[in-house]
Amino acid sequence: MKTTIANLKRGQRALIKEITSDVIPLKLLEMGCLPGNEVQLLQAAPFQCPIYLNVNGSHLAIRKEIASQIEVQII
Amino acid sequence: MAKQIKVSLIGNPNTGKTSVFNLLTGLNQQVGNYPGITVEKKEGICKLSRGVKAHILDLPGTYSLNASSVDENVVIELLLNKKDKDFPDVAVVVSDVENLKRNLLLFTQIKDLEIPTILVINMADRMNRKGITLDIPLLEKELNTKIALVSARKKEGIDELKKLIESHALLPKTPCVDALSFAPDYFDRLKKTFPNQSLYKLWLVITQDVNFRKFDKQQVDIAPDFKIKSESELKRLQQKETIKRYQFINDVLKRGLIVDEKAATGMRAKLDRVLTHKFWGYFIFFMILLLIFQAIYDWSSYPMDMIDEAFAWLSEATKSALPAGPFVDLITEGIIPGLGGIVIFIPQIAFLFLFISILEESGYMSRVVFLMDRVMRRFGLSGKSVVPLVSGTACAIPAVMATRNIENWKERLITILVVPFTTCAARLPVYLIIIALVIPDEKVGWIFSYQSLTLMFLYFLGFGTAVGSAWLLNKILKIKSKSYFVIEMPGYKIPLFKNVVINVVEKTKAFVFGAGKIILAISIILWVLASFGPNENFNNAEEIIATEYVDLSEEEQENKIASYKLEHSFIGYAGKAIEPIVAPLGYDWKIGIGIISSFAAREVFVGTLATIYSVGSDEEETIKNRMAAEINPKTGGPLFNFASGISLLLFYAFAMQCMSTLAIVKRETNSWKWPMAQLIFMSALAYGVALIVYQILK
Ligand SMILES: Nc1nc2c(ncn2[C@@H]2O[C@H](COP(=O)(O)OP(=O)(O)O)[C@@H](O)[C@H]2O)c(=O)[nH]1
Ligand SMILES: [Mg+2]
Repeated sequence: MKTTIANLKRGQRALIKEITSDVIPLKLLEMGCLPGNEVQLLQAAPFQCPIYLNVNGSHLAIRKEIASQIEVQII
Repeated sequence: MAKQIKVSLIGNPNTGKTSVFNLLTGLNQQVGNYPGITVEKKEGICKLSRGVKAHILDLPGTYSLNASSVDENVVIELLLNKKDKDFPDVAVVVSDVENLKRNLLLFTQIKDLEIPTILVINMADRMNRKGITLDIPLLEKELNTKIALVSARKKEGIDELKKLIESHALLPKTPCVDALSFAPDYFDRLKKTFPNQSLYKLWLVITQDVNFRKFDKQQVDIAPDFKIKSESELKRLQQKETIKRYQFINDVLKRGLIVDEKAATGMRAKLDRVLTHKFWGYFIFFMILLLIFQAIYDWSSYPMDMIDEAFAWLSEATKSALPAGPFVDLITEGIIPGLGGIVIFIPQIAFLFLFISILEESGYMSRVVFLMDRVMRRFGLSGKSVVPLVSGTACAIPAVMATRNIENWKERLITILVVPFTTCAARLPVYLIIIALVIPDEKVGWIFSYQSLTLMFLYFLGFGTAVGSAWLLNKILKIKSKSYFVIEMPGYKIPLFKNVVINVVEKTKAFVFGAGKIILAISIILWVLASFGPNENFNNAEEIIATEYVDLSEEEQENKIASYKLEHSFIGYAGKAIEPIVAPLGYDWKIGIGIISSFAAREVFVGTLATIYSVGSDEEETIKNRMAAEINPKTGGPLFNFASGISLLLFYAFAMQCMSTLAIVKRETNSWKWPMAQLIFMSALAYGVALIVYQILK
């Protein structure tokens, strides 16, 4: 199984791998969610959705569906 | 008049554009709308040295020129249209020193448009705390621009910014990065076909779906081979472009920005641990809501009582100062009570906007969105619907507009449709006066009273009905739309006093003048309708009463005459005509008149009653006392008792009585279908519930 942002635990850091899915909105890329950048999970709301991330220095929250489309490598 | 320098403030949301704008313009500003759409347009004048002036425009926040919302379209449409009267002589890109990397993405795009650009790096006061050092000369050179290091909070750096604006002719106009090198063949061909155009502009025209003025679009239309084949191809290209830009930015910042992580201290992590906590987060949100209601009901009652008495006094004083006559009657019985009916709600509306703007300024509102998203989605809404629903407690109009940043159309439509159920400020006048009449003024515990708890219940009822109908709509509506949700979580800030004050004043003013016009017009019409009658009964009231009730005292006779006149006036007949419809709800014909007149706007209800009850009476008395003394002719008890009071409260909680909201919903959904559905559904619900409740309680 692939590891995605949705699999991260609180405080865990990871590197974003290739982004291929069309589902990922451009806006998310523009906010710093790009291949090679570091992502850290800061907080999760109940039931792990939405999740609150620090991506490349930007703080943002996204829903689980999108988070589970972004493949990462835990560091 | 000397030519003004036209300046546009551009930047990501929350970078401090509005704060910088407020500092530049002071109170010399005005808020309007862009023609045709309801995006707020803030403009103002800034005095530079030697009589030179600058016209400053505060544009909506945008993350990039790849527009994904109506607000963002405004920015790109302006920047691509040289003929627009607001087209900037100089673009001021406002950035936040803590988020410089992300903020610079937009900056590189603006530079590509070849407009003279100044970079404001704001929030300089936070640099120490975050361990940030900047190499300004290096950044200026690499980014090919002039930089103003500003702290809007400490009011530092504004003079430098003004100087840069004044000498805008010296600013470099060329791009700082070649971001379009990711597809060399394509762009070479494009350049050859349109040698006189800026390449990036052409690229925007090709990729963006916005309303361009004439020439740009046509020229590109005649070259179909430049169209991007598929959406995924387009996205791939835009991704490459974004990566190019970030590569450049990373490279520059590696040299120009040093962050000493060890020196960095921050409240963010600590505060987030509590405010987004699975239990405490919700608990704190609930307590904040409680506080807001307490302020609106209890704290604002003191200034409101004073205003109420002041208007009663004013009416009386005018009456004794001026000679008697129909014109003076119109002023003292129509206009003054009508105006009083609206001025009295200023304290509450101001409190509400005060809380909302503090919550937004502090960065807390985003945490609420985060906490509520999952819950709201169950009902077909989004976490972002919370802001409209909370704003809806002030007014449905800004609330409907605040749905714009909900990316998913179905969630947005549902939010728009249910927002009018939330308890807007216009319902408060009705609620407050009815609550004061029928709910006992006693304390439960030592802070809450029955009255404020009732008001809180009504707020929850409005919110609950909104959410319940959302759930229903989510089941009924068959709309497929791509769901995505991205929200920035800004750092926590202590709100800037000046921003909050300006916001509260502006919003309150808009409400008072907007509603005030309608209320004033309606109270004049009502007064006329109440002061004349269609037949002789009205004109001969004195004689009829005098012969019928010979043995009454003079004062009692006078009261009889007044109510006889009202009953036989135009409005009396109108009220009588609808009495059969409203009687099962526990209302008499006077309340009926109030309901008819408040179909244009709810807050008219109290003004109407004020007008009706002061027509034909001389004593200085407040509306509330007057209403408490009303007798229901059928039961012989007070007209406003528990059953009819609750029925009236519920009627106003559910009914759609606001023409402005219907108009805005039409504009935002682009069809009459939705506002009409709202009107019918809400009115039917209101009538049904009020009927059932009255019949049970009476
Ligand atoms: N510490 C600090 N906070 C600021 C400064 N300028 C603005 N803010 C805060 O940043 C937040 C966003 O400001 P605002 O002007 O509304 O940003 P806009 O969304 O770009 O218009 C508010 O809470 C401001 O009080 C500054 O120079 N220093
Ligand atoms: Mg702003």
